[in-house]
Amino acid sequence: MDTSTNTLPLKERLLALFEENQEAIKGPSTPLVNRMRKNALSMFRKLGFPTTGLESWRFTDLTPLLKTEFEFDFSNQSRSMDIEKIFTCDVYDLDTFSVTLYNGWFVYQNAALTRLSNGTIIGSLAKAMEVYPDLVDQYIGKAAKPEQAGLTALNTAFMQDGLFIYVPEGIKVEKPIQLINIVDSEHPVFLQPRHLIVAGKNAGVTIVQCDHSLTHNISFTNSVVELFAEDNADVEHYMIQNKGRNSALITSSYFQQKKDSRLTTHAITLNGGFTRNIMDASIKESNCHSEHNGLYLVDSNQHVDNHLFIDHEAPGSYSDQLFKGILDDEARAVFSGKVLVRREAQKTIAHQNNKNILLTDEAKANTQPHLEIYADDVKCSHGATVGQLDPQAMFYMRSRGISERSARQLMMYAFAMEVVQKISIEALRDRMDHLVEKRLKGELSICDQCMLHCNSKEPTTFNIDLSKI
Amino acid sequence: MLSIKNLQVSINGKLILKDLDLEVKEGEVHAIMGPNGSGKSTLASVVAGRDTFDIDKGEILYRDQNLMDMNPETRAREGIFMGFQYPVEIPGVSIANFMRTAINEKRKHLGLEPLSGAEFLKLMEEKKKLVDIQSKLTNRSVNEGFSGGEKKKNEIFQMALLEPRLAILDETDSGLDIDALKVVANGVNKLRRKDNATIVITHYQRLLDYIIPDYVHVLYEGRIVKSGGKELALELESKGYDWVKKEAGAQIQG
Repeated sequence: MDTSTNTLPLKERLLALFEENQEAIKGPSTPLVNRMRKNALSMFRKLGFPTTGLESWRFTDLTPLLKTEFEFDFSNQSRSMDIEKIFTCDVYDLDTFSVTLYNGWFVYQNAALTRLSNGTIIGSLAKAMEVYPDLVDQYIGKAAKPEQAGLTALNTAFMQDGLFIYVPEGIKVEKPIQLINIVDSEHPVFLQPRHLIVAGKNAGVTIVQCDHSLTHNISFTNSVVELFAEDNADVEHYMIQNKGRNSALITSSYFQQKKDSRLTTHAITLNGGFTRNIMDASIKESNCHSEHNGLYLVDSNQHVDNHLFIDHEAPGSYSDQLFKGILDDEARAVFSGKVLVRREAQKTIAHQNNKNILLTDEAKANTQPHLEIYADDVKCSHGATVGQLDPQAMFYMRSRGISERSARQLMMYAFAMEVVQKISIEALRDRMDHLVEKRLKGELSICDQCMLHCNSKEPTTFNIDLSKI
Repeated sequence: MLSIKNLQVSINGKLILKDLDLEVKEGEVHAIMGPNGSGKSTLASVVAGRDTFDIDKGEILYRDQNLMDMNPETRAREGIFMGFQYPVEIPGVSIANFMRTAINEKRKHLGLEPLSGAEFLKLMEEKKKLVDIQSKLTNRSVNEGFSGGEKKKNEIFQMALLEPRLAILDETDSGLDIDALKVVANGVNKLRRKDNATIVITHYQRLLDYIIPDYVHVLYEGRIVKSGGKELALELESKGYDWVKKEAGAQIQG
């Protein structure tokens, strides 16, 4: 544990830590990855942490968070342990191939890397760099854009472990692959997991990424996902976020789509102190489907930020963004959805929609739908609303004998369901349906999801207070 | 059942209803007719409990209780039902879920056990037949994307499920073709009982060919200017509202 640099500002501290811990950080990385680190570090030196001076960070201030004295540990902690002793996923009937990251490190029961009989590889990225260096090198860093984002540069420089999935050509992985990210520390930790997901030609895979914290301490997770959908691949990516109010979670997902591929993503934020989802989809080739759904239910002083960029580089593709949120107390939501339709991308169909319900005068939503179109034969639409529940509908329901409280619940639930219904895994959809209902009734605690720790601590409940609408 | 006395209602200082009296007893059907802007819909809304109006004076007694003391949901649970002229769309809320919530909140108010899912479904099937409503309609979101006729049928379907003591149907016939009108009227007639009452608000006489009223009242400029039996509706149909307007004008000036 390094403490000598604690007094420096975080950026300088990180630069110094990199020099001091180079050997540990590099670990078993491939030479290519190590070259990427060097470049990325100089990019981070130049870009630093994002500030509110940047257009894309105008409404999102990291400064207070960066003042935390985080602790770092670069020694490889990827290990074998019985994760069920500390965490059990309680999505019933959700039959998944489940893997866990504990404080950013891969946890395994038998092997750090599993190769299924159909050739699919699932496991630790650190291990994959050792065992399948060529495969990793073929993809890693090809989608991420460290030159544009200081946080991605930082992650690229420091990345050590994370999830690696490779689905070979023509293989449909039947069970969803579930990644459970657990943050559990007595000290404020700064984690930088890196995930690499590849769906080969005609392959199909569903990934469910669940973020939990088993701690009420401050944590900062700066995670980067690179996901490749090759020709005619079918990929579904879920992010389910239910974290403590002292946690900060920034997930930068870079998606790259080839010809005829289909990508559907879902970002569902039930709780979280500070959450930012950056989704950057590059539609490299023609006839792709790129669908991005999001739901956020936030209260107290939580902040949730969804930042999308869909780059139509090729013709004949379809993209759709639907993000909806309910905000209570002084919660803050930011939505920025940019669609770029390049000159070559004729016959593009692109839709985006962001709808917010504010329950108090103090809650705030900033929404920026944005279309930039250079092709002339396209169909694009965008819309954004920030408002309260419809008073006409409220009276209609009350005139049938339904109380104000129930009427609000029914309407908010219905509002959220538009997104929940897009979840294609039935067990997960049912569970989410239930969680959303509980959340709206103020009965969902972050501790709902963890058996051991939350039972021993005082549960933290979050309550969207219906009486305030 | 319903006794309105001296009711005066305004919106932003503008008088809508003036010294209105109305007496409705169990088993009766009353029709309230009148030209546009005469205050018909306001009367319905005031009884249902919409709070966008100022009640300046007067009283409304419903089964000897002061209606002004009750919020809209309590009025509904006590048996008042308003059929909306413009039923509201509620995206994402299914009719089944909406009505089950309504019925169970009413039952709770009356000290009854909530209906189970199966019991509710059975009741729904029964009432669907009664009002001749297509079964797929109930799985859809409340009024969302419904045609005018479907919306009005849905109002009657809700009425059938809630079994009100006092139903006020606000221009339920507007925008309906003759087939839909018959379905709606048929539903209302089937739901008629000795111990309930219906107030039908309409601009035209044609609904009253199917729902035969005991009394017809003409509302003009916020007052009931004429009351009579069902033949009054026919008279209005042949003579038009100008006749009433003239008479009322003479009354007001005189």
